[in-house]
Amino acid sequence: MIIELAHFALALAFVLSLVMAVVPMWGAAAGRISWMALGRPMAVSLCGLMTIALFGLIHAYALSDFSVLNVQQNSHTLKPWIYKISGAWGNHEGSMLLWGWMLSCWGFFLATRGRVKLPPALHARVLSVLGLVTSGFILYILVASNPFLRIDPSPREGMDLNPVLQDPLLAIHPPVLYAGYVGFSVAFCFAIAALIEKKVDAEWAAQLRPWVLAAWVFMTLGIMLGATWAYYELGWGGFWFWDPVENASLMPWLAGTALLHSAAALEKRGSLKIWTVFLCILAFTLSLLGTFLVRSGVLTSVHSFASDPTRGIFILALLGLTTGGAFLLYGLRAPHITIGTSFKPVSRETGILLNNVFLFTFCATVFMGTLYPIFLSALDMGSISVGAPYFTATLTPLLVPFAILMGIGPLLAWREASFVSIRAKLYLPLALTVALAAAIALMPWPDRVFTVTMFACAGWILFTTLSDFIRKTQRFTQIRSMPPAYYGMVMAHAGIAVLLMGATAATVWKEEKILWMTQGDTVAFAGKTLNFIGIRPDVGKNFTIERAILSLQGEKDAAPDFLLPEKRWYPAQQRELSETALKTDGFAINYAVMGDQDKMNPLRRVIRLYHHPLVLWVLLGALMIATGGLMAMASPSKSTSPSTSSAARKVQA
Amino acid sequence: MNTRAFIPFGIFICMIGLFAVPLLQGKDPAILPSAMIGKQVPEFTLPMATGDGKLATADMLHEGKPFLVNFFASWCVTCKGEQQVLAKFTQKTGIAVYGIDYKDTKKDVAAWLERHGNPFRATGFDEAGRIAIDFGVYGVPETFLVGGDGIIRYKHVGALKQSDMDSVFGPLLEKTK
Repeated sequence: MIIELAHFALALAFVLSLVMAVVPMWGAAAGRISWMALGRPMAVSLCGLMTIALFGLIHAYALSDFSVLNVQQNSHTLKPWIYKISGAWGNHEGSMLLWGWMLSCWGFFLATRGRVKLPPALHARVLSVLGLVTSGFILYILVASNPFLRIDPSPREGMDLNPVLQDPLLAIHPPVLYAGYVGFSVAFCFAIAALIEKKVDAEWAAQLRPWVLAAWVFMTLGIMLGATWAYYELGWGGFWFWDPVENASLMPWLAGTALLHSAAALEKRGSLKIWTVFLCILAFTLSLLGTFLVRSGVLTSVHSFASDPTRGIFILALLGLTTGGAFLLYGLRAPHITIGTSFKPVSRETGILLNNVFLFTFCATVFMGTLYPIFLSALDMGSISVGAPYFTATLTPLLVPFAILMGIGPLLAWREASFVSIRAKLYLPLALTVALAAAIALMPWPDRVFTVTMFACAGWILFTTLSDFIRKTQRFTQIRSMPPAYYGMVMAHAGIAVLLMGATAATVWKEEKILWMTQGDTVAFAGKTLNFIGIRPDVGKNFTIERAILSLQGEKDAAPDFLLPEKRWYPAQQRELSETALKTDGFAINYAVMGDQDKMNPLRRVIRLYHHPLVLWVLLGALMIATGGLMAMASPSKSTSPSTSSAARKVQA
Repeated sequence: MNTRAFIPFGIFICMIGLFAVPLLQGKDPAILPSAMIGKQVPEFTLPMATGDGKLATADMLHEGKPFLVNFFASWCVTCKGEQQVLAKFTQKTGIAVYGIDYKDTKKDVAAWLERHGNPFRATGFDEAGRIAIDFGVYGVPETFLVGGDGIIRYKHVGALKQSDMDSVFGPLLEKTK
């Protein structure tokens, strides 16, 4: 009954979203206030209906209602309850419903929070575009991936209990990442509304920026959670594999990062107007593309657990209509939008423009690497896959000028700056960077050129950012007068530096050992002694465990660290799974995986050991970046934007 | 009209076209082309998975009729459903299906064939996965169609469904005859 109710709510939501796509837009065009005002209650009701639909499905999962096909295929009574619930979005149909629900949630916030600030016509148009996008998605769910279908007679037991997906991080990683993907739809709606109105100005950018920031923070956290999950669950000893699905989330992140910066330039100075609109469309296109890549099965990867060509065609049509329509409108309207405020070749604006050029190039490079195999196969030129060597070879050289720019850019003044005036501020960071690079160069480790380059880049970013920060906050009054966006920027840039150092150290200085060990064996590892104490059996909730006990001892009398990698046997699906064991050691992680048993000698096991120095800095850096985004969101655009935007308008006039 | 403003639109449409091609052709991207198609079936001799004796390439070829080679394992969850599909196929067409048990134990595979049915004329026991490498197998299950002349005609990756037999293996077999 609840499922039928949810199904009905979804169908109703489709109708409502169609009305929402038409009525407020028409009202804005015809100048009817009452029609425009309908956008708000409609967006709120739409969110309500989508919430009913999603909770209907979650309810069926929580109760293991196997008369619902989707639940029967993707759940099992033996699952712990938390994974029963997360199972609701762990499959294709459910995840699409989650997508639609999040879209309606962004609509809800846009309707309720955007009301006060946005001009009524712009508000109505933005909501209408969101309604249109939502209707496309709901139609897709209803037609091509409906989670509410019943089966009769209903089976007694569910089919799936995939233990790989039974993981707390994986329960929250998709919702967070989706919130980011979907969040860029708001930027998209803003762009379309602006193109319809032929009006892009500083105020528009000031309204847009917090939405972009919110989506971007979700995206950052989502990518971070995904990488963390891959690190400890897949047991390959890495956190980023340049897998197509990972790239699919990286591309909108890069476009979103570019958008953040260009929107800031537009808000502060009224520059980069058309480019900002373009980035809004691009970021959402890449989000849709990410969904398309993961869900259509065009690319095969470890993540593509649900793929179906008909769905691929539907999503492609959706992508074609949304983005194709948007770029068509862009082509028609962009020439009518006034040129942004001009700026001198040496200025903050130029810095941001270059930042955008770099980020766009990174994005295009990742795009080419990810989609090249598809293009080849489309042209019948064979199947290939593109891996880490391509990305390292293409992205690393770009990183050096990008890092240099990242250090200098924030020091430049808006509109017109000179290198002479900032030169003095760069001596100390430069000296510190050289010192760091020299220290790294003296270390007896491999890949010296690469490591020194990466550390120099990271050090330069960190030292320039921090020295500027210290200079600007020397006095208490200064601390309070700096806008929160500045602190957000410092935090995020420092986070990038920390992440770069962590990622470099963890890849270049890692220690790996794969060896056969028998009970009682000892081996030297990461400057310590590793002792294989033995194997103990145990039982879990729906699996049996073989647990290896490894002790890692530093000094003779120091207390040892224990690493307890496991092999779990899930009888319900006849499946074996390795659980990695992680122990932090300062900022490093020691990581152990138990492999196969020797057939001749059951006490002998393959043990894989990894030592990743500074790997926690990757996590720390990502958290700092996300925190920076949150801090920038707190930015009261009121205090700065009206004055500058009116100044910008004067300049235009 | 400013044509430059339409550049993103143009690029985007081309991109959509490139995506649409493989989808509309109905190509399953999960199918990796096999280098073995059109080549002679690899020479091997394996112990039987159940009972004594050996299974060699010559045994499969001596009738001069087409046959299927199915790589499976008792630990492979998706392999379960194939047994009935394969059994139906041999009944209908009368051609032989040979199984090759991949990285398994004899005890497990015997119990497994008991439980899920045994459509195989004979089952080779590839404990180390050595023969699978010769066949270019990526993982189990995979199924090869070999002509009476010993030339590999087709390879299917993943679990066989009834529809695969009806729409792919059946027609191909007709052509092979």
